[in-house]
Amino acid sequence: MSLSFTVNGRKRTVDADADKPLLWVLREDLDLPGTKFGCGAGLCGACTVHLDGEAVRSCQTTLADAAGKAVTTIEGIATNALGKRVTEAWAALDVPQCGYCQAGQIMSATALLKQNPKPTPEDIDGWMSGNICRCATYLRIRAAIRKAAGLPADPADANVVPAGEALA
Amino acid sequence: MTDAALVSRRSFLVASLAGSAALTLDASVVLGAAAPGTPAEVLNAFVCINADNTVTIGAKNPEIGQGVKVMLPMLIAEEMDLVWDQVRIEQTDADEKRYGPQVAGGSTATPRNWIPMRQVGAAARQMLVMAAAQKWGVDPAALSTAKGAVLHVSSGKSATYASLAKDAAAQTPPDLAKVLLKDASAFRIIGTSKRGVDVPRILKGEPLFGIDTRLPGMVHGAIVKCPAHGGTVASFDDAAVRVIPGVRGVVAVNSGYVPEGQNDTLVIVADSWWKASKAREKLVVKWNDAEVAGFSTAGYEADAARLIGGAPQTSVFKAGDPDGALAKAAKVVTADYEYPFLAHAPLEPQNCTGLFRDGKLELWAPSQAPAGGRAETAKLCGLSPDDLTIHMTRIGGGFGRRLMNDYMVIAGQVAKAMPGVPVKVLYDRTDDFRHDFYRPAGWHRLTAGLDAKGDLVALKDHFATFGTDGKPIRAAQMAPTEYPAPVVPNVDLGVSYMATNLATGWLRAPSSNAMAFVFQSFLDEVAEAAGMDLPELMRRTLGPAREIEGERSKFHTGRARGVIDAVCKAAGWKGREKGRGFGFYYSHLGYFAEIVDISMADGAIRVDKVWVAGDIGAHIINPLNALNQAHGCVIEGLGQAMIGQKIVQEAGVVTAENFGDFALMRIDAAPREIAVEFVKTDFPPTGLGEPALPPVIPALANAIYSLTGKRHRRLPLELA
Repeated sequence: MSLSFTVNGRKRTVDADADKPLLWVLREDLDLPGTKFGCGAGLCGACTVHLDGEAVRSCQTTLADAAGKAVTTIEGIATNALGKRVTEAWAALDVPQCGYCQAGQIMSATALLKQNPKPTPEDIDGWMSGNICRCATYLRIRAAIRKAAGLPADPADANVVPAGEALA
Repeated sequence: MTDAALVSRRSFLVASLAGSAALTLDASVVLGAAAPGTPAEVLNAFVCINADNTVTIGAKNPEIGQGVKVMLPMLIAEEMDLVWDQVRIEQTDADEKRYGPQVAGGSTATPRNWIPMRQVGAAARQMLVMAAAQKWGVDPAALSTAKGAVLHVSSGKSATYASLAKDAAAQTPPDLAKVLLKDASAFRIIGTSKRGVDVPRILKGEPLFGIDTRLPGMVHGAIVKCPAHGGTVASFDDAAVRVIPGVRGVVAVNSGYVPEGQNDTLVIVADSWWKASKAREKLVVKWNDAEVAGFSTAGYEADAARLIGGAPQTSVFKAGDPDGALAKAAKVVTADYEYPFLAHAPLEPQNCTGLFRDGKLELWAPSQAPAGGRAETAKLCGLSPDDLTIHMTRIGGGFGRRLMNDYMVIAGQVAKAMPGVPVKVLYDRTDDFRHDFYRPAGWHRLTAGLDAKGDLVALKDHFATFGTDGKPIRAAQMAPTEYPAPVVPNVDLGVSYMATNLATGWLRAPSSNAMAFVFQSFLDEVAEAAGMDLPELMRRTLGPAREIEGERSKFHTGRARGVIDAVCKAAGWKGREKGRGFGFYYSHLGYFAEIVDISMADGAIRVDKVWVAGDIGAHIINPLNALNQAHGCVIEGLGQAMIGQKIVQEAGVVTAENFGDFALMRIDAAPREIAVEFVKTDFPPTGLGEPALPPVIPALANAIYSLTGKRHRRLPLELA
């Protein structure tokens, strides 16, 4: 079945089964491998993308669900000001270890700050708890979200970089 | 991965030569390359100087998130006197003849490469200096180097490395063993924070990982394996699969872990992985699983209880007269400890891409041990190891899972079955959980005897573990030097073995991740019986600073005491306090002491802060990455203890299918704060991927005891 939607601002038409998960449409049909396969069950968050601005698990979203809508992926997130701030904070704090989950983390963090620009520590943990980082970069993720939000660093954030080095 | 990227990667050294002069560097003296002097060897360099005075440095080890892709080039760049902005890093292919050991395991990259990689850089620098000396007709001893240039201070002459590269390449490479290395006081790169080389590309979602490999005309394979570990294919009917549009066929292969001549994996190949995966439900398979279907968690528990109630089958270490000493002891402490099988569950599922053409096999493999994969794959494909080219991709988490190469072995055979067609084999999450190489479970019955002064005079353990023919299976052993055995006069470390159908393997800080919990928790009990706290018991048993012979390395009691003192000082340890626990462990050449602070919130245990003090030698090569590694170790260790992680087996089958059945740590359970301090001592630097993990588990269990009065002797801790 041929269905159309926009991806990172560009109209795309895909000929695939309507029930094919958006994750695999992005990876296989549109050559956008930044969105990652982790569990296929909506449990790890590695495949998080934005669908009409809302964070969704692309492994649980079908091609039919996406038809006619606007999809933003990690490949396009830095084209908006908030996404750019988030990715810059991730780079400044050297958040990734293996990096495999980080696309999903960034997509979730950007969605968080869009609807809650000044999240509390509890807000951050609550919102981000759907995204697994197997390497456990969580302390840097928290600090990077605060940095992207322009919030003052939590006292605990000082320990995510070596003593004497700036959080930048 | 784009085709262009693949071309550039494959031909990195050659392509670099086209646009610049290569610094020929025969690394064979140290790094084990074949005969020097051949054209292929001349190109076999870690270092390539580009026309714009940037320097391309080859990173030889698998990058699993431990930061080795930055760390090893830092060592080369340091000795070359480069500024970091000049450095361009490229992952090399897997080729141990050229590059030396290429393994991500055992926290070995730093201790193995600390000198050789610096020698590589120093040799490159020496060749540049020689070239400048000849050009200017001066004594090389009168020259210095800085910021990618050779300087002649007395005349004010200077020349960039790029301008000297061609002449440098014509120099005879120096003997690596004789090159002069910098004094540590001159380090400008080692000891400074460097960010991840791939981070900018990760943040843009660019293809980097094995799963991102994309080749023209590539097809995709989804796997079907016997649900019960170790079962083999009796017969299969793929008639309903082959008629599905897009399906290319079904290939039966041996993953390398069942006898040759048998197959245990069926791979459905289609033009889309999604299609191949969906087609699995149409495949009809009969399995030979009678021999493996009888194993279960309940069965292991019954076997273990029976075994540790009897006499040990064997001992790994005996000293003195433990029974006699216990009979005379003023106090005897005894307790049973146990821990479960664990999965690795790296977030990138196992995968590998293969292309077989003209009798040669090319692989794109996210493997922590590609040399092992080369040997196994060649064997099962009926090829010579030299017929294989292995490209090393970035790896979405290792944790020891990818020290095994089943995915490479499978992809190689499928590729060989379809010459000229690139094929990517990808496991799904259930495949990954059910066909892991698990951290083996274990059961311990411990007895300790204290004399009237409170000194530990006897120690007995009966360890029930998995083995065959009186020997432990992979990752199921106990070291004869398990602390405190070497410092107690009367010891018996007894062992008994039972059978399992599960394949076992090394999970980050293998053995140590379990033994630390067992022995440091038990020693907290012993310390309490002796009327002291665990740091005090540790100091007393460690005694004066000295080196004790170990199984694979010496154990320095002074370094152990150093981190114990440091963490106690940092955390303000004042003896037993509610909600606070301590643990120490030495593994992978690293000494770590940790203190965990917990509180109770809404009936649940919350980790508020973890203090870490570690001694991994004189230098922390990349401090920013070191912190990230320590955080990862601590949080992974807490995850093994506090969120119910265990692999359960029924009728031979691992029951876990996805993250709902086997929890991983999530951000809301992570400690609010982790404070890491490195105690620098005058020893060569060692690795950090593992040794910070083990002590956090007993530190947590001991903190829970101090808060609740309940002694937890089983992992995962039952906290509800």
